[in-house]
Amino acid sequence: MLSIVEIDRGTPAVLSDKQVTLEIDGCSIRVPEGTSVMRAASQAGINIPKLCATDMLDAFGSCRLCLVEIEGRKGYPASCTTPVADGMKVSTQTSRLAEIRRGVMELYISDHPLDCLTCPANGHCELQDMAGVVGLREVRYGYDGANHVFANTKEGASNPRFASKDESNPYFTFDPSKCIVCSRCVRACDEVQGTFALTIQGRGFDSKVSASQDNSFLDSECVSCGACVQACPTATLSEKSLIELGQAEHSVTTTCAYCGVGCSFRAEMQGEEIVRMVPNKDGHANHGHSCVKGRFAFGYATHPDRINTPMIRQKITDPWRIVSWDVAIEHVASEFKRLQAKYGKFSIGGITSSRCTNEETYLVQKLVRAGFGNNNVDTCARVCHSPTGYGLKATMGESAGTQDFDSVECTDVVLVIGANPTDAHPVFGSQMKQRLRAGARLIVIDPRRIDLVRTPHIKADYHLKLRPGTNVAMLNALAHVIVTEGLVDEGFVAARCEQPAFEKWRAFAAQEKHSPEAMEAEIGVPAGMVRSAARLYATGGNAAIYYGLGVTEHSQGSTAVMGIANLAMATGNIGRAGVGVNPLRGQNNVQGSCDMGSFPHEFPGYRHVGDAAVRASFEQAWGVHLHDEPGLRIPNMFEAAIDGQFKGLYIEGEDIAQSDPNTQHVTAALEAMECVVVQDLFLNETAKFAHVFLPGSSFLEKDGTFINAERRISRVRKVMRPKNGYADWEVTQLLANAMGYSMNYRHPAEIMDEIARLTPTFHGVSFEKIDRLGSIQWPCNEEHPEGTPVMHVDQFVRGKGRFMLTEYVPTSEKVNAAYPLILTTGRILSQYNVGAQTRRTPNVAWHEEDRLEIHPHDAEERGIGEGDWVGIESRAGQTVLRARISERMQPGVVYTTFHFPGSGANVITTENSDWATNCPEYKVTAVQVTRVNQPSEWQKRYQEFSQMQQALLDAAETP
Amino acid sequence: MNIERLVAMVNDISRYFASEPDSQAGAAGIADHLKRFWEPGMRKQIVAHLAAGGAGLEPLAKNGVERLAEIDTKLRA
Repeated sequence: MLSIVEIDRGTPAVLSDKQVTLEIDGCSIRVPEGTSVMRAASQAGINIPKLCATDMLDAFGSCRLCLVEIEGRKGYPASCTTPVADGMKVSTQTSRLAEIRRGVMELYISDHPLDCLTCPANGHCELQDMAGVVGLREVRYGYDGANHVFANTKEGASNPRFASKDESNPYFTFDPSKCIVCSRCVRACDEVQGTFALTIQGRGFDSKVSASQDNSFLDSECVSCGACVQACPTATLSEKSLIELGQAEHSVTTTCAYCGVGCSFRAEMQGEEIVRMVPNKDGHANHGHSCVKGRFAFGYATHPDRINTPMIRQKITDPWRIVSWDVAIEHVASEFKRLQAKYGKFSIGGITSSRCTNEETYLVQKLVRAGFGNNNVDTCARVCHSPTGYGLKATMGESAGTQDFDSVECTDVVLVIGANPTDAHPVFGSQMKQRLRAGARLIVIDPRRIDLVRTPHIKADYHLKLRPGTNVAMLNALAHVIVTEGLVDEGFVAARCEQPAFEKWRAFAAQEKHSPEAMEAEIGVPAGMVRSAARLYATGGNAAIYYGLGVTEHSQGSTAVMGIANLAMATGNIGRAGVGVNPLRGQNNVQGSCDMGSFPHEFPGYRHVGDAAVRASFEQAWGVHLHDEPGLRIPNMFEAAIDGQFKGLYIEGEDIAQSDPNTQHVTAALEAMECVVVQDLFLNETAKFAHVFLPGSSFLEKDGTFINAERRISRVRKVMRPKNGYADWEVTQLLANAMGYSMNYRHPAEIMDEIARLTPTFHGVSFEKIDRLGSIQWPCNEEHPEGTPVMHVDQFVRGKGRFMLTEYVPTSEKVNAAYPLILTTGRILSQYNVGAQTRRTPNVAWHEEDRLEIHPHDAEERGIGEGDWVGIESRAGQTVLRARISERMQPGVVYTTFHFPGSGANVITTENSDWATNCPEYKVTAVQVTRVNQPSEWQKRYQEFSQMQQALLDAAETP
Repeated sequence: MNIERLVAMVNDISRYFASEPDSQAGAAGIADHLKRFWEPGMRKQIVAHLAAGGAGLEPLAKNGVERLAEIDTKLRA
């Protein structure tokens, strides 16, 4: 079912330089060449009846309801499949057309139940609407004959054509008795999502929709993106929430709070209750598509685990005490002031959240800098994309991706390195797959055979299955080929880049030690394949690099990002549509939280705290003296806490006890602090070590903005009141005021106005403008009043592009006899990050535990079978998971996800980190794997501790 | 702060700058990086560690920290 507020014009919009004029029912209309008659009519305000057509899909021409008459043409062409032509004269309604349509509808309805009043689609059913539009008054055929409607024949025998409702998917049902076989679901699965899980089975009257090989939806290849549910014109595919609640009565446009794609959604509401989330067709990042998380997994916001009252306690072994907001805020302020008086100004700090809005993030860093008087503020980008900030700033001058997502439509060669878009950025993954199916070439650099390597109608030209930890060696080998085979875009480099730095880099890359042959043993990929891939990247037309945490979360993460930027600059793949360097951001607002000055060394807009002029502008606006030295990064805070120098931490919407490496070190640091304040929806892992819990609000409960991986600023809109009483920005403001630093914002729009005043790349941004334009990509200022889809067009942000040397330094995390395997970590489609949200939704149907993926060879050597419990031990710690035998892994490499705290994936990961930013080396840990029959010691302690903390929560009482 | 950790971090930084053909520039790069990104207390600690012999610091890392001590006026205050 489509959104209740969107207009469906039947076929997709067409871009063309040429306009065509035609006449429809006597009205003259001008549309781009290639537009269908149906769409042209719709634009003229004439809605031709239709069933199999929707503008989210290509025209199909099967329902025969949209027939028209065209002067000078024979018969009754379908308006959806007929393109407009100059001078064409179309009649959309004649007595003959009416008769045909009525006949068609009569046949449809003769095999459709007549339970309209109790049907979930009632009120928004396209079939019902069409029956009305064509004036269907009787169905002469009756239901006695062959049908798909009734379980039994009139004689009482079972009806072989009838299939009962499939309710296996946790979020939607499939009721074949209501299906009109319009194929919209099948086409949505193919064209939009690109999974090809659905098909029409059988022919003629036997035709029916089937998932995979006639499996249930849950057991099929279906990824539950919901595109089919959205496309269905009847109740055949319906959200369970719609079935339960009925039709929505209003719709609010907002932005998804999951991954860095930042999909725009229409929250379709009954009062303050969400009936369904429908991806916004006008959404600039997602164009009406979604994934299983964004569309369906919003139930965590109303989950019973959510805590909506502030709580405090003296020690983490004490039961929680429920207190009023006043008491909680006063308590935090007095504790923080006490700590600063006793241990110094620098003994406290804050962590901003990539799951909160820009306005909230901005306020937390402002509280730390202006209220605490130090720069001890950091954010979770520390552990994911901080190397992106460093590497892209150093080479191109701005800490952000260069393109918009739509740029991929103009890409000829897609290079994916250390990213898994179909799992981690699924909606952009679908867009990329559309482009690949249309003919773009594909290079995948990944130790694992990710789905993209081989998926329906897509096969990577090259999968460079490198050994984990050798990204920089690989990038240098690619650079070597480009430099030594004369593939450098000399014109671009001469015009756009710093010459001396380039010459130094050229000489560096040309060294024989970087050649694919010299590096073959280290990288583990045949040299010939590396050479071919380099040639394809350099000469295949518009080439775009997409990368993720598989690049950044290494000891050489920043070096690899610079290596990527070098490749793009050397081949002239920067500064226009179709090319570029595209970091796929992890969390929804990672880009925004970085932009908002969450790093300890930078004010909003990536300007160093040591820059006197910048600092003066903030001092003037904030009315306080500001510290001119960088503060502590998250891992530094831990070290300082263990040393007894760092005593208090305000954590907004982060779960460092689960997400950060070497869990036991993190929890030791938390235990060493005197006042840990956690502001979150749930009693997360970190909150189990907290002294104060401040309840947070979900993205549905507040106004603000998120910034996605394309630098796109989109509005988050409040659809219900905060269940905890305050939006998160209000809580930070209360705290600031209690600390004695005055903040008086009445609405997040005022906070954005302040950000815009103080940040050159945001000068032109306001809520009003975002509302007007739908979304804005920064930089948005005097030079780019409506934003900047593609950066570095005529010159780099830093002026000339700067090539950086990228020596390969093997990680110190090496395999040996004791730890012979490399563990690498990643994500899965149905779960999100630490899982605090998705674990509290029916998404667990797809992934209810983290498993250890291991190659059959490694498994056999250790006597490990599918599903066996295995111990994974590293230098940092040990944990136990169940095994999954998988040839996606290469021998010697094992893999796991980290969505469940009890898995202890980060008990094993070490403190090794990126040299420049301390981003942890999550992707490379030397481990041994053995069969075991009980949980690890850590897991037993974790279990015990968690049970105790749950008991302390259950014992929470109002004093 | 755990000095072994700080030493390891400076060594990591120095290994990046090792590819710089001019070792003076490499040392300057390390010093600049430390100045820009390290909290002053950490800088003080590593400079003091070098003054006490700089155990564990690799040669280029040592040069970098020496250079830091020269350029970092605040550390002298």
